[in-house]
Amino acid sequence: MKKMHVVLLVLIAISIVVLISYTGDLSSYETVASAKQKEGKFVNLIVKMDKSIPVDYDPVKDPNLLKFHVQDSLGGKIAVVYHNTMPTDMEKSERLVLKGKVQGEVFECSSIVMKCPSKYKDNPNAMQEQPVTITN
Amino acid sequence: MNTTTFIGEHLLPGQIGYFLAILSFVAALVATFSFAKAFYSQTIESEIQWNKLAKIAFVIEAVSIVSCFLVLFYLIYNHLFEYKYAYSHSDISLPFQYLLSCFWEGQEGSFLLWSFWHSVLGLIVMTKAKKWGKNINGVMMVINFVQVCLATMIVGLYIFDFKLGSSPFILLRHEMTWPILSRPDYLQFVKDGTGLNTTLQNYWMVIHPPVLFLGFASTTIPFAFAVAGLLKKDNNWMDSALPWATFSAGIFGLGIMMGAAWAYESLNFGGYWAWDPVENASLVPWLVLVAGIHTCLVYRKKGTSLKATYLFLGLSFLLVLYSTFLTRSGILGDTSVHAFTDLGMNAQLLGYLLIFVIPYFGLFFYRLKDLKEPQEEDEISSREFWMLVGSLVLFLSAVVIIAITSIPVFNKIFGTKIAPPEDPAFAHNQVQIFVAIIIGILTAIGQYLKFKATSAENFIKNIKWPLIVTALLSAIIFYFIGIAYEEKGIGYLGALYVGVVAATFGIVANAFYWFNILKGKLKSAAASVGHIGFTMVLLGILISSSNKTVLSWNTTGISPLKEDNAKNNPTGNPRENITLFEGVETDMGKYMVTYQRDTLDGLDKRFFELNFKEKKSDHSFLLYPDVLKNNKMEGFSANPSSKHYWNKDIFVYVTSFQDHSEEDTTSFKPHQIAIGDTIFYSNGYIKLDNVLINPNPNAAAGTNELVLQMTVTSKEGLKFEAKPGILLEGMTLNQELDTVKAQNLVLSFNKVVDQKKGILEIGVKESAALTNLITLKVYEFPFINILWLGIIVMTIGFMMSSYARLKKLKSK
Repeated sequence: MKKMHVVLLVLIAISIVVLISYTGDLSSYETVASAKQKEGKFVNLIVKMDKSIPVDYDPVKDPNLLKFHVQDSLGGKIAVVYHNTMPTDMEKSERLVLKGKVQGEVFECSSIVMKCPSKYKDNPNAMQEQPVTITN
Repeated sequence: MNTTTFIGEHLLPGQIGYFLAILSFVAALVATFSFAKAFYSQTIESEIQWNKLAKIAFVIEAVSIVSCFLVLFYLIYNHLFEYKYAYSHSDISLPFQYLLSCFWEGQEGSFLLWSFWHSVLGLIVMTKAKKWGKNINGVMMVINFVQVCLATMIVGLYIFDFKLGSSPFILLRHEMTWPILSRPDYLQFVKDGTGLNTTLQNYWMVIHPPVLFLGFASTTIPFAFAVAGLLKKDNNWMDSALPWATFSAGIFGLGIMMGAAWAYESLNFGGYWAWDPVENASLVPWLVLVAGIHTCLVYRKKGTSLKATYLFLGLSFLLVLYSTFLTRSGILGDTSVHAFTDLGMNAQLLGYLLIFVIPYFGLFFYRLKDLKEPQEEDEISSREFWMLVGSLVLFLSAVVIIAITSIPVFNKIFGTKIAPPEDPAFAHNQVQIFVAIIIGILTAIGQYLKFKATSAENFIKNIKWPLIVTALLSAIIFYFIGIAYEEKGIGYLGALYVGVVAATFGIVANAFYWFNILKGKLKSAAASVGHIGFTMVLLGILISSSNKTVLSWNTTGISPLKEDNAKNNPTGNPRENITLFEGVETDMGKYMVTYQRDTLDGLDKRFFELNFKEKKSDHSFLLYPDVLKNNKMEGFSANPSSKHYWNKDIFVYVTSFQDHSEEDTTSFKPHQIAIGDTIFYSNGYIKLDNVLINPNPNAAAGTNELVLQMTVTSKEGLKFEAKPGILLEGMTLNQELDTVKAQNLVLSFNKVVDQKKGILEIGVKESAALTNLITLKVYEFPFINILWLGIIVMTIGFMMSSYARLKKLKSK
């Protein structure tokens, strides 16, 4: 089994190298404040929408431009630019995970993951609210 | 307890279901115990007795599970919304087939489905018990123990404060705290359920979960054989387990790819695979299972790879449990778009995982010294050497994928905040492409190698023609299709080319092997067919993904002043969305696309009719992407539509739409204008530059056309061209309107007022509700059919193999 042991060691070594090099690509979850300090670095922000400022999206002018404002749990605020269509129900989602980087004053976002009250499966907490239709 | 009598409730089916769930739990416990007793019996008599009892218990259990299944379906089918499961997963308007999807939308239903398949498979194993060798009682013991654990997921018992499982038969009023539910006549107000999530209202979602869960359930059987083998220090179970393992690999693989087909047709990430944790979690056990099948074959021929076989066949089941834990515990949270929601059963799910992982590895290491393999070294030219290498590559590839997928678990344990990399899909692709290359080549040459040793002369003689044909075919592929994926640099592009050659080699070599060496005999075709299918899948993935092109690159309506180069944008500006206005033809690469109309189907579904006209020919086709009002998210979810050609798919989906249900009440305002004049509209001015008479040289004889060449300049300084006109065809006069979409303007050329002075009348209409508009993405996937066909071929191959091995077992 000698040769096989060599093969095994080589393969395991490659796997370890792959995983280590993968850790180099990993990003991190940041707050708005810490993301601003790491300007230009790819980060993940967990935020909610800042509804005091209206969302700027007009598919007639440019369907690939969405501007909105967000706020993190520490109160840090930042403007976000997203070069894509406005995701459905973005305004209703309770939490957004934004991926991208801070460029100057804005967060250049490359993808948005929404956490809706009931994103994919029913959520027991959201269900606890009595449906409007049967209130009387 | 309150003593209110509630009106209109159907309590009996729920009570029956509740009882059946508990009965199945108890029966499974009895069956596990009795099979264990039979397995460890010293005398034949006691074995027979215990076996008899065990069988009865198992049949009761299986019948309870199947009945439970039917009762739950009865609740959904009859819209008994007093039950929470029916209320939260279905509604009255759903067509019959989606009532099945409701069944497995929730965790409880899908556990029940899983358990259902165990019952069916267990009954098959039990009725053909003689075939599977003397460890059969041990195998049944393990299957029943898995059933015990699954039953705890749906009993919904409270043991002190610990909630054991979550019953699908629970009443709405027991679970919810709405004030209205205390009224005796509350059911009058709960007339309809909240419905099935719209993304699941797709025919793939009717069929994908049952197939995938059959795949999950069938990994239990090789695992059960392995456990029984370890317990009895008896390694002669491989022949009995192989038909099951190959059946499982076939069904499991099919189930995974049905999920991919669902993602392709119903989800909007624009593809069939996104390396989402949920997808990875099902792929990984399959990879390990396939590795295990191959080491199992090596063991049967040579007696080596025994430990690897125990490890892989065991792990494939354990990884199914791990993926269950990942997808159902809510731990994936932010990293996955489609995991189940946390039902508060994390501790139980973790327990379910550990109760198998710890004993299995304990047993495995305890028995390690008994797992004897021949000490002789495998020849480097032998088939078994390379089969083992291939299995190890598959296994390590699985390890890498699951390690990456487990980052949220790592975060949870160590409190770290590690997030996925910038391009998570590429992080996987750049590794797995090399796995694909190695596996492609090994799949090609594997069969040409002989067990023990291969003579170089023979090998070269046999492989020569497949190599030549591969070279030719690859050249044809590169010449006619090519690989257009330069985003990730020359190195990755090179790897993609090598990958295509390797996959082609796999297809060709296996086809040759079957024709030339096996003489095309159907009986021995299983391996060749399976391998051809697998390498077709690889080829289909490589070609379709690397040549995916965006047809909807947005070039319209954007100011030249603001146009920023896509390449300069820090986030790699996708600009993949294009806006279409109803009735306005839009340029999209090879096609002119018109959004013709939309129709409402029922209350919730809106179809958009899109006409794709090929520029080079008269060929045109219609596509109907739709949006469905999403009952669970109060928005809409879009369903893509695609046009299938033999060599490509045109794939389109709506990313947003504006609904102008109110009538457009604005009308055209007439203006008199001469060449050089300007008139104002609310957001700028319009200038008439010129009048063109018959500008189209190709116009048919007898037609006369007058076209106004106008420039619209907005306040922001954007300039748009507009060309309204009149077309006189014989006696009929057609007005040709022109729209400046970005300015909500419609211009018409009404008439010539004074020919001498050159005064014309134009109409100007400004309306926010100008036209309906939709924003969409359009992709072209070339040769995606190779992928789908490959899956079918691969599944057939696995089934042939399972059948052939079953027959062999019979004849023994």
